[in-house]
Amino acid sequence: MEILDQITRHYNYVITIFLMIAGVYIVVAKSNMIKTLIGLSIFQASVYLLYLSPGKIIGGTPPIIGEGYEVYSNPLPHVLILTAIVVGVATLAVGLALVVRIHEAFGSIEEDEVLRELEHE
Amino acid sequence: MVLLTLMALITLAIVRVRNLFAVVALTGAFSFLMASVMMVLDAVDVAMTEASVGAGISTVLMLGALYLTKSREAPPRFSQVIPVVVAVGVGAVLVYGSLELPGFGLADTPVNTHVGEAYIQRVMYDADIPNVVTAVLASYRGYDTLGETAVIFTAGIGVLLLLSRGRGEDSQADGGEEGGGDAS
Repeated sequence: MEILDQITRHYNYVITIFLMIAGVYIVVAKSNMIKTLIGLSIFQASVYLLYLSPGKIIGGTPPIIGEGYEVYSNPLPHVLILTAIVVGVATLAVGLALVVRIHEAFGSIEEDEVLRELEHE
Repeated sequence: MVLLTLMALITLAIVRVRNLFAVVALTGAFSFLMASVMMVLDAVDVAMTEASVGAGISTVLMLGALYLTKSREAPPRFSQVIPVVVAVGVGAVLVYGSLELPGFGLADTPVNTHVGEAYIQRVMYDADIPNVVTAVLASYRGYDTLGETAVIFTAGIGVLLLLSRGRGEDSQADGGEEGGGDAS
């Protein structure tokens, strides 16, 4: 019963960890390169959650200073994650461009097929 | 809590589904759910960015890449048992580790009592911008944002070089991709 209580209090972290291992699982177990990139962005999304969850204060408002509000959530994780999202999309674009180039060169976006092709040469 | 559970379910679907168009659509839905969760967590600026950049631009980029490549994933060629066992094991260890973290939404945790608090107290005196996130992003951590812009510029050039190489002048597709990189 105490374990159950602990898990509900840490539900954000549990989901964060689930997304994290799902992302890593996709990266490790799938050989399709576009799927791998999607796994990478799921992993990144889990990191966003990991940063934003502790910054929330129950009863707080978004960190925009206004009259009549005393409690604000922590603004620092928001700033860091704002940067991380944009950089994540930039790296995703480069990764997808690489996949397109690999498809032009080898006619396949499956990692093992490309490796076999390379061994034949 | 409902949103988070939905996100977990969508992730499971992304792992299972093999039609890549469906996977990209699911990723868009995932990003919108993520944006909603961020709203709930009081991160309004981040939620806006995630909805536009995560659900908008990256979906467009992935659809573009699918158009230029294939849209089906090959069936797995080796056993999936070992990755599943490793993933579940690591997850269990991480959950065990997270039980010691402070609970959700408390104000007196170490995260919320030092730097973030100081920013909120000083921002009107230092920068006179009511939105603390904007002030920290553009004023206190301006060099960080400058570096981020450099990263995006580099990524845009990289995409442009990768897609235009070996294709000559008839490269219409990379115009859109590069524009997307710049807009973010």
